[in-house]
Formats: sequence, C-alpha cells, structure tokens
Amino acid sequence: MKKHTISISVENKFGALNRIVGLFSARGYNIDSISVGTSEDDTVARVTIVSKGDDDVIEQIIKQLNKLIDVTKVVDLTYESYVERELVLVKVAANRNSRTEIMQISEIFRSKVIDISPRSVTIEATGSEQKVSALVKMLEPFGIKEIARTGRVALKREFEGAV
Amino acid sequence: MSTNELTGAEILVKSLIEENVEYIFGYPGGAVIGVYDAMHDMSHIQHILTRHEQGAVHAAEGYAKATGKVGVVVVTSGPGATNTVTGIADAYMDSVPIVVFTGQVATHLIGNDAFQEADIIGITRSITKHNFLVKNVGELAWTIKAAFHIASTGRPGPVVVDMPKDVMASKTTFVYPKEIKMRGYHPFYFGHMGQINKAVEIINASHKPVLYVGGGVVNSNASNELVNLAKKLNAPVAMTLMGLGAYPGDDELSMGMLGMHGTWYSNKAVDECDCLVAIGSRFDDRVTGNPATFSPNSKKIHIDIDPSAISKNVKVDVPIVGDVRHVLERLTPLVQPLDTKDWLKQIDGWKREHPLRYENGPEIRAQYIIEKIYELTKGEAIVTSDVGQNQMWTAQFYKFKNPRSNITSGGLGTMGFSFPASVGAAFGVKDRPVFSINGDGGIQMNIQELTTAVGNKLPIKIVILDNGYLGMVRQWQDLFYKKRYTHVSLGTNPDFAKIAEAFGAAGFVSDKADDVVPILKKALKINDRPVVIDFRTTEEDNVYPMIPSGGTFAQIMDYPKSVEEIQMAKAHSEAVK
Repeated sequence: MKKHTISISVENKFGALNRIVGLFSARGYNIDSISVGTSEDDTVARVTIVSKGDDDVIEQIIKQLNKLIDVTKVVDLTYESYVERELVLVKVAANRNSRTEIMQISEIFRSKVIDISPRSVTIEATGSEQKVSALVKMLEPFGIKEIARTGRVALKREFEGAV
Repeated sequence: MSTNELTGAEILVKSLIEENVEYIFGYPGGAVIGVYDAMHDMSHIQHILTRHEQGAVHAAEGYAKATGKVGVVVVTSGPGATNTVTGIADAYMDSVPIVVFTGQVATHLIGNDAFQEADIIGITRSITKHNFLVKNVGELAWTIKAAFHIASTGRPGPVVVDMPKDVMASKTTFVYPKEIKMRGYHPFYFGHMGQINKAVEIINASHKPVLYVGGGVVNSNASNELVNLAKKLNAPVAMTLMGLGAYPGDDELSMGMLGMHGTWYSNKAVDECDCLVAIGSRFDDRVTGNPATFSPNSKKIHIDIDPSAISKNVKVDVPIVGDVRHVLERLTPLVQPLDTKDWLKQIDGWKREHPLRYENGPEIRAQYIIEKIYELTKGEAIVTSDVGQNQMWTAQFYKFKNPRSNITSGGLGTMGFSFPASVGAAFGVKDRPVFSINGDGGIQMNIQELTTAVGNKLPIKIVILDNGYLGMVRQWQDLFYKKRYTHVSLGTNPDFAKIAEAFGAAGFVSDKADDVVPILKKALKINDRPVVIDFRTTEEDNVYPMIPSGGTFAQIMDYPKSVEEIQMAKAHSEAVK
C-alpha cells in the first residue's frame, strides 16, 4: 500500500471539513495526517490529506471526494511533482549534560530552539516527513516529553525538476 | 421595513410554489409552527398530514419514484427530524430526489441542548447528497433553489434543509433565483465520444451480449432508448431489482431479474455472455455475488452518471460516465444489428428448463397471489413492495410493463417502506391502480398511515402475504442455520382485516387459494378507500432460485422439484440403466 498526498480545495464554510473527514470514517478510509487552512482565495480552504490504500481504494476516495458538493477540486499529488513540508514541535528532556548535544542535533537538522528550561528544550523543525521523523528519532534517546506535528502540507511544483 | 418583505416561512411557501410542488408530506411541531402558519392559506400546494415522520419521507419517496418529480417533506426539529433518518438513508441508497425541510431551534440556542434540538445536519451528512443549515433569511431562497437543483440533477438523491425557528421568522425581500451556479457541482451528462466508440467496437464484435439494466435507466427516463438498443441488437435484457419496469417484463427479450433471487436463466446468461453492457446499474453485491467470478467471460461496458459507481465493485473494460439517455441516444445509432439467433435460442432453452415456478394447491402460495395481481392488472399497476420474501416474489412474478411502476426499497432494504410509499404514489398517479405488497412483519412497521390513506380516500390495495413469519430471515435460518428458528415467528399477529375496518378501510381475509381472484376483483372495485387483504399463505416457503450471499452462479439453488418429478426422473434413469 502506497502513501498518497491528496490536495483538496473546499468551500471555506461551516461543516465542509466535517464532510471530508466524515466521508473517510463512513467509508472506512484511512487518514495518516490531515491539515487545513485557507488558500489564496479566502472562500476556499485547502485540505491536505495523506492516506494509505491500494490504487482502487485511492481511486474511490478521489471519486467520493469529488462527489461532495462543497469540494471544488481534488488532486492526487502523488503522481505529480510536488513540494511537501511538515512542521513539528518537540519538547525534549534536557539537563546540563545533554543540552549541548541536543542543540547540535537540532542545528544539523536546521531546526530552531524556541523554548528552554532547566529540564527541557523545545525544538521547532520543518521539512519533509522523513526529515521530521529522522529528527524525532535522533531525539528519542534523550526522552521526548511532548510532540505536536502539523501533518503534511503540499503544493504542486510549477517547473518539473526544480528544487 | 419595506412592506414587500416576507418572513422566512412565507419565502419557503413561495419558493415551493416556484418549484411547482404539488404535495408536502409533513408533520407539524414547535420549531415549524411559524412555517405551518404560513401554510394556512396556501393554495396550489396540498399538505398531506402523515401519522409519523418516517411515513412522510417514504410517501415523498413513493411520490418521487412514481412521478419523477421531487418529493417534499416538512417536519419539526429534534424527534421530528430524527424520525426522517431511515427514509433519508433509503432515498440516498436508491437515488430518490427528495427535499426534507427540518425545523431547528433558534440560532442562539443551537448547541445548548435546547428542547427538541438535534444536530440533524451532522446526523444526515453521510446519508444525504447534500444538506444545508440556513443561518440567515437572506440565503433561504437560494438554498431552497439549490436543494431542488441538487436533489433532481445528476445522480438524484435526498437533500436536507435545516431551518432555525428565528430564521424562518425574520424578514427579507423575496427574490427566487432563476438559475443556480455552484463551483463544486457539475453533473456530467454527455458521455465521452471516444469511450462510446470503444463500447461500440466491443458490442459489434459480440455474439452473446447481455444488457444488465438498473434503476439509472428509470431515473434518466431512458426506457424508450433502452428498448431501441435492445431491439436493434437483439440482445436479451436482465434487470436489477431497481431496474424492473425499465424494460417491458413481458417482452421476449426480457429475462426478468438477475442476482441473488433472479431468474436462473438471466444469471446463466450473465455467466456465459461475451459482452455485458451495464446500463445505470452499479454491480451491487446482491447482483454480483462474488465479484471475482461475476460474468467471467465478458467484456464489460458500464454506463453510469456517477463516476464513483464505476469500477467500485467490478473492474470494467469501458466506462462511460454520463446520463443513460444521452449516452444511449448517441450509442444506439452506431451499433450494428447482431446475429444473436443461436444465443437467444440457447436462452429460450434455459427458460424452458428452469422457469420461475411454484406448486399450486388448496393453500395460498404467495407467488400465486402476485401472479394473479399481474394478470388482473395486466402489468400496468403501480406496485410497491416491502423487503424480504414479499419483495422478491413481487420482483419475480409481477412483470412490470412500464418504468416508475415498480417502487421498492432496494439499497437500504427498509421494512415498513411499501405501504407509506404507496400513499405517496397514489397521490402522484391517479389513473392506475396502486398495490402495496407487504409481509406480515413489515406492514406493522408503518401501519399508522392507514389513517392518512383513509382520510384522503386513497383506493390503495394493501396486500399482506401473511405467513406468520419474518419469512426471509426464517429462510436463511432454514438454509444456513440448521433450521434453528430464532425470533422469526410472528404468531401473535393481529387480525389485519379488523384493523383495517377500525381505521375505516375495507378488510378481507382468507387462507384459500380459490378466494384469491374473487377477493382481488372485489378489492379492485372499491374506489373510495383503501383495502387491506390479509392472505394467509403457506407458512414455510422459500424464495428460489437463490445464489447464496457472496456465492457464484455454480452455487445457484433452483426451486426444488416436486416429489412426483423426482420419482419420474428416478424411474427414467433406472429405465435407461
């Protein structure tokens, strides 16, 4: 089963997100992550869903999403060239001995320390899902206190091959 | 405030007039009392007071299915709204265009657990084509227009409009929009010509075609186009439960119903065909059994207006997304007449070897009742059926001649559907007899609508196939659960004929086969009130043929042969030895 990144444009109004989430639960589709926000047009919200499924399941998901009256556009970015980012906040246990090493790891991942206390450090990182997961893995031995992830957001690339 | 401003309630009534609504099926209550006040002097539209909100929705469905127009329901908030849920789910599964207006508590009370508050928008989100909460009176007229547009176009379906009490009391200028545009809703009517051409190639190369026809043909009013195609190709037609009536059941190319309780020969033909043209049907599990072995030798073409119906259950070779009528109009001129003589001869042989059958005797056989109703009405009545054995026998033995005469709950399988649906159908169609076929279980689920039928002098013939059991469940317990009958006996049934009389309807009861025709004839002469006919039928009779759930054609069980026939066959085989 492959992970698919699906970008959905939906009327930015009451209950519209519910229709999308409800569709996934009613039909037993899986959601790995979901993120929502307004788009360039404030009457349209952009929802990015990462879902796992066989090709025919994903095909059904896209058809069912297209059937929702409030949904104006659905794109499976998996078959396009696209950029994706996720933001994560990690609160790691830290003391005098470990703090420096944690901050070095953070630097390697080009992430930022945004809060510090005698017993913890909070790091903000953005990047692809893999990068974020790698950072989390590196921090695990120190003791992770809390994590908040936004889930993947993604946009289609304008020029094929451009970074 | 200008004098030509109207309240939300008045706007609702005016909008319904704009939509040419003839009937509202409804039930008043606190949250819609203002709406009902606006209906007080309403002309053009008749309000039908049902005796339960579920009855109102099924009546609206029956009306919509019989006429092709949008059925309209008005109920109050809370329990009034939740009582409509089964009917809405039913309409969703069977693509029935209805608009349900539900009352709601005033906007400032929403979310406060107010008296008679229910989140009907949340509850019905997954069983409606779309639903709306009207948050201010300014958007009411647009919303009503949108609701009717969504319900009746594309693949039809139910739409709920939730109307808070204060919104319906506040005022605005009334302008009913002429047209409506929604950027997320563009039903696609015209099939892609490239796909149509691919389909034509497959059809023209076929020797053993089958047209597998569903309710989409009825919804798109494409019966004539279907007949043209079948006649031009000389192709046999198998119909789904919802498709019955789309093609004349008495025509020589008709093979009746296919699927779990379909005819032996239609299932055999689908199993053997080399080209299966699915037209407005959706490869439902009751049709396909095991989808992996369904119609294994055929190239498959699928015409449907709903893209999500395509390749959902069975992969097809050529999908055509579009309205059935539009697609057939463009496809039929391109196909060649096929030489199907041998194929039709083979099917005729199967029809003779494995006809639909039952044994007649002094007891009343349910199949006999349906057959006699068919003969007496020449296949031209509107017949609603409930769910279970009564529904399957109706589907098998009533050869529907016309579309929109077979009204049944196919997808959801709602017991208690038949009778209230017949009430709606009887309002919609006055020039043909309306029969409601029921089991003795289902009739008790919405029997209160007898009041509605009597009050409106509807001459519906309510036939109860009364075998004292929840027959279909009993059949499964018989066949698959070692005959361990568990809570399927309805031994304490009431006297239905007396119930009918108490309601002011006519009542008949009999357990003799000889009485069936005389009673039906008497019933057909009663034109000023409903008639309830309690036919006490053979208690333990099973519906055959039957392909077990998820099974394949190889597992089909045909009607068990009579003792005599088995003995004759034995004698014959011994003589041969």
